[in-house]
Amino acid sequence: MNKDLDCGAFLDSLSEYVDGVIDSALCAEIEDYIADCDDCRVVVDTLKKTIYLYHKTSEENTIPVDVRERLFHRLDLDDFIQEKSLLSQNVTS
Amino acid sequence: MSNENQKEFSLELLRSGDRAEIARLVDAHSANIYRVALKMLANTQDAEDVLQNTFFKAIQALPDFEGRSSLSTWLYRIAVNESLMLVRHRKPEFDFVEKLDDDEERELLLTQFSDWCCLPESELMSSEAQGYLDEAIQELSEKLRVVFILRDIEKLSIHETSETLEISESAVKVRLLRARLQLREMLSKYYGEQLDTEKRG
Repeated sequence: MNKDLDCGAFLDSLSEYVDGVIDSALCAEIEDYIADCDDCRVVVDTLKKTIYLYHKTSEENTIPVDVRERLFHRLDLDDFIQEKSLLSQNVTS
Repeated sequence: MSNENQKEFSLELLRSGDRAEIARLVDAHSANIYRVALKMLANTQDAEDVLQNTFFKAIQALPDFEGRSSLSTWLYRIAVNESLMLVRHRKPEFDFVEKLDDDEERELLLTQFSDWCCLPESELMSSEAQGYLDEAIQELSEKLRVVFILRDIEKLSIHETSETLEISESAVKVRLLRARLQLREMLSKYYGEQLDTEKRG
């Protein structure tokens, strides 16, 4: 186990590490630490996967057509309902 | 917020109440606002109420919008506040839950070490699993949930998240780590069981 990094320091740096915004010296320390600690590697891998899954599965949550229509109606923008957005809304309702 | 799609909006037109420009603003941001509300509240009717109230209030306030923050940050802030108002309304013990969080501020959970990363995506993202992801995020306290939603689902930066919630960047980081670790724990229990079933089977 790397003597320069304890479990607390590992935890403190975990978010920056999985986000890839950590300075390279500390990054190398963490990678050494993980190499010696199987549970730590699992924590890092499953944490990355947790974040990935939430983002990935939410990409499909877009706004249903009827919700958009009622929104435009409430905002008194009925005359713009037909003007489908130029932005791809990837509607899945 | 869907950066690749985001076009520049004319603040002048928006402030003057130009309806075409307002409609364009609504279309550019409504999917994100609806998604945030849905993740915060786990209820389509409530999410729709938040969506409508957010844009209704935003349009009323546009003439006074000074542009100190970006339009997207500003809209997220209104949506978060609307969502929290609904949460507080339907859950009177809110204050108690908040306090519990503060007491537990230092406790970071790491008890699950099953290595479920290698499960196939079809299993990780099955409709049952997605149902569980939605349940798990509701287990977070509101203040952790909102940080996770803005940062990890909407992919706002730490800075944008701190601006939206009007809290410090270090508070965002602390809450983000706690939210991520709590979700990792819950997902590890869930997917770990699937892993065990597979091994036994």
